[in-house]
Amino acid sequence: MSSDKNIGKSVPRKEGRAKVTGAARYVDDLRLPDMLHGVTVRSPAARGRINAVHFGEGIPWDEFTIVTARDVPGANYVALILNDQPYLADAVVNHAEEPVLLLAHPDKYLLEEARRAVRVEIEPLPAVFTIEESLAPKEVIWGEDNVFKTFLVEKGSVDEVWDSPDVIIVEGEYRTGAQEQLYIETNGVIAEANPELGVVVRGSMQCPYYIHKALVKLFDLPEEKIRVIQTETGGGFGGKEEYPSMIAGHAALLAWKSGRPVKMIYDRAEDMVATTKRHPSRTRHRTAVTRDGKLLGMDIDFVVDGGAYATLSSVVLSRGTIHAAGPYNCPNVRIRSQAVATNVPPHGAFRGFGAPQSIFAIERQLDKVAAAVNLSPDELRRRNFIQRGETTATGQVIHEDVDLDGLLDRAFELTDYHAKRERFARENEGARTKRGIGFASFMHGAGFTGSGEKYLQSIVGCEATADGRLRVLAASTEIGQGTKTVFAQIAADALGLDYDTVDVVQPDTADVPNSGPTVASRTTMIVGKLVESAALQLKEMLKAAGLLGDTFTQDEWARACAEYVGTHRTLKTHVQYQQPGDIEWDDEHYRGDAYGAYAWAVYVAEVSVDMLTYEAHVEDFVAVQEVGRVIHPVLAAGQIEGGVAQGIGWTLYENVVWRDGRMANGQMTNYIIPTSADIPPIRVHFFENPYAGGPGGAKGIGELPMDGPAPAILNAIEHATGVAFDHVPLTPETVMETLTAE
Amino acid sequence: MSEAPGKISIRCNVNGEAVTLDTHPLARLLDVLREELGLTGTKEGCGEGECGACSVLINGELVNSCLVPAVQVQDADIRTVEGLTDGERLHAVQRAMIECGGAQCGICTPGMVLAAVNLLERTPRPTEADIREGLAGNLCRCTGYMKIFDAVVRACNSAV
Repeated sequence: MSSDKNIGKSVPRKEGRAKVTGAARYVDDLRLPDMLHGVTVRSPAARGRINAVHFGEGIPWDEFTIVTARDVPGANYVALILNDQPYLADAVVNHAEEPVLLLAHPDKYLLEEARRAVRVEIEPLPAVFTIEESLAPKEVIWGEDNVFKTFLVEKGSVDEVWDSPDVIIVEGEYRTGAQEQLYIETNGVIAEANPELGVVVRGSMQCPYYIHKALVKLFDLPEEKIRVIQTETGGGFGGKEEYPSMIAGHAALLAWKSGRPVKMIYDRAEDMVATTKRHPSRTRHRTAVTRDGKLLGMDIDFVVDGGAYATLSSVVLSRGTIHAAGPYNCPNVRIRSQAVATNVPPHGAFRGFGAPQSIFAIERQLDKVAAAVNLSPDELRRRNFIQRGETTATGQVIHEDVDLDGLLDRAFELTDYHAKRERFARENEGARTKRGIGFASFMHGAGFTGSGEKYLQSIVGCEATADGRLRVLAASTEIGQGTKTVFAQIAADALGLDYDTVDVVQPDTADVPNSGPTVASRTTMIVGKLVESAALQLKEMLKAAGLLGDTFTQDEWARACAEYVGTHRTLKTHVQYQQPGDIEWDDEHYRGDAYGAYAWAVYVAEVSVDMLTYEAHVEDFVAVQEVGRVIHPVLAAGQIEGGVAQGIGWTLYENVVWRDGRMANGQMTNYIIPTSADIPPIRVHFFENPYAGGPGGAKGIGELPMDGPAPAILNAIEHATGVAFDHVPLTPETVMETLTAE
Repeated sequence: MSEAPGKISIRCNVNGEAVTLDTHPLARLLDVLREELGLTGTKEGCGEGECGACSVLINGELVNSCLVPAVQVQDADIRTVEGLTDGERLHAVQRAMIECGGAQCGICTPGMVLAAVNLLERTPRPTEADIREGLAGNLCRCTGYMKIFDAVVRACNSAV
């Protein structure tokens, strides 16, 4: 007796009250008895041999716990994909800020003095800082050729289209910069560790079981001796996907050696210079288009800068590769991609995970293609939008109704696009403030790519207590996006119960099964579906026991639970992900059904460019998307608005300045994210097209909004200024240099 | 252990209660509130006065407590997020933040709530520009600010 009592409604956020009253406990709000503080001593150089470590005078070193690579009980690497990144550098360092040594002490002020008194002496080796230097290769710094991973996607025969007399060929190169996650809560953990207890880590994280896996290797302990507990988490965006395995390991090593709990909280400067950022990218496009605007061939070369270690770069590259050709029906496509090594701190997961980079390129490129065949940007896209029954670059047949034309119509109607396009062009002549309007159309696949979900084999549990309350057991974390609320809605409606009677258990690897990482827009669509199935199984168990009929009230449910628990002690079930039979993926040739479902979107940006200060500002933003069924309208709109704001930041404000492989502006004073004064009105509209594979019809949503702003804004800036800018961030300095040079 | 030189005694009023702090004169008010008084609702986001997560009200003024030395709050009246609730009853801004979805990860929320309370105390009927200006010292990385603006409007429309 599933119901719609909660899905589709903006029920109160589960942990809302705790957050607005300040009662919510984040890791830095916790103190354990006898606790030490821990810090990391890091490499001052980008690449070199560690010759010596000097401990300066005036510090009572015998009071300190000091950990080096030699203190690692198990394997000195962060277990992830290639296991090439050490917890603590031993003989060599491969990037600035690489961890070399750990210190713990009860007095955090003295600890900071001690950190400054340690000098790591490095004999420098030649370093590589850019994609071009890495590809050359100027110096081999990783493996045999600096390449972490390559992919090749091929559809049709792209080599045969270029010589056709009827085609026009358009080429372009596009670049995107690093972006700092800048969650407002920095990375932090508290660890307890000793041979008797094992290792217990509490902290700010997205993926408790990633940390669990890494600590098993680091300490060479059995799985049951490692326990990872998520505390309230002040933002993640991908920045707390893989990085917390590092800080958790460090705090645990200090706790293991000292025998005392150790708290390690990065200050803002350390978090900015040492932790992961969005991968910088370079994309080259060569497009063949017929004179009437049909895309005939796309040859795409996509490269991301992975930093010094492999971490998740291969997976980021995968998603970026698959999204590189956009939501268009093109018969001949080749996408070659590479993730390469440089001597900067490893780049990592960040909302969108490679897709914003490659989507930026295709959506800028298509505005150029449109101009080359004398079509408007919208008309060109309309002639090529993918339709039901057509195939993506990986050959995935789209089986659902896709209505990109409808999304475009709605977005243009909401923005008065055509009238503004014409009016701005007319009024810009000689104006001090030039205005422009532009858009981007795109798709974003939800869940792990290809066979990823099959390998993850996620598990969700559901338990009913004797008083009829429901407990959802999953490792999927609440990091601000609303996991707890959405899971409770789904479970409640699966059984027709009240939302208030559902509790979503705080992730703790001792209590919850591994429902996979909280990433890839998979929490609602993939894990939420498992929550629905687990809840339904409880009902079947009660029915099989003869305690419940097909329909029941809340009271009848509670009585049935009481009776069942009275007899059997517990009423609990687990369900595991099973890939739908119609998803087929060829890992070797990168062909097939890359994602179970896609969200589709058209975003429109209106901008102004001040010709005196060269500042560009977004004046209005409309985001129209189809994300399946919307489970919680307020949370869903909040995801879109927040993602658009991060996208605006990436496009116009957030400039990571690199100096010798180190972020030179690692402070909020000079790395600028949008404030309330910078953000335009963001108007969000949903089309709903329920997806049968998602709970209540939902698809993924979290990453989608990061994809559209950059190309929409730069398309609008081209409309305003007549100049095609092909990289982000686009700072006033670049605008000035370019416009004054013209 | 390092010897703590020259602690001083500071009297002030925190959330309506008189307290005496025994602390270093240059200790950050942020640390004093969190560590001495256990008021952990006040958060550290950057430690350099840029993000506003540590916002508190001192004598009715919104300030970043990471930039305020303890010695400066002698005889001051300090309000933190913990002082906004009246027993179980939430402040209108807190209610509106829940209803409108103004809190996502929640780490900027205490500071943001105080900034909104301060804005409405100064300007009971703020324009959109007033709201944007009033909250511009408090950074949020999750919401894109739209739902926070909604919450301020709702709070000023509801009876406090």
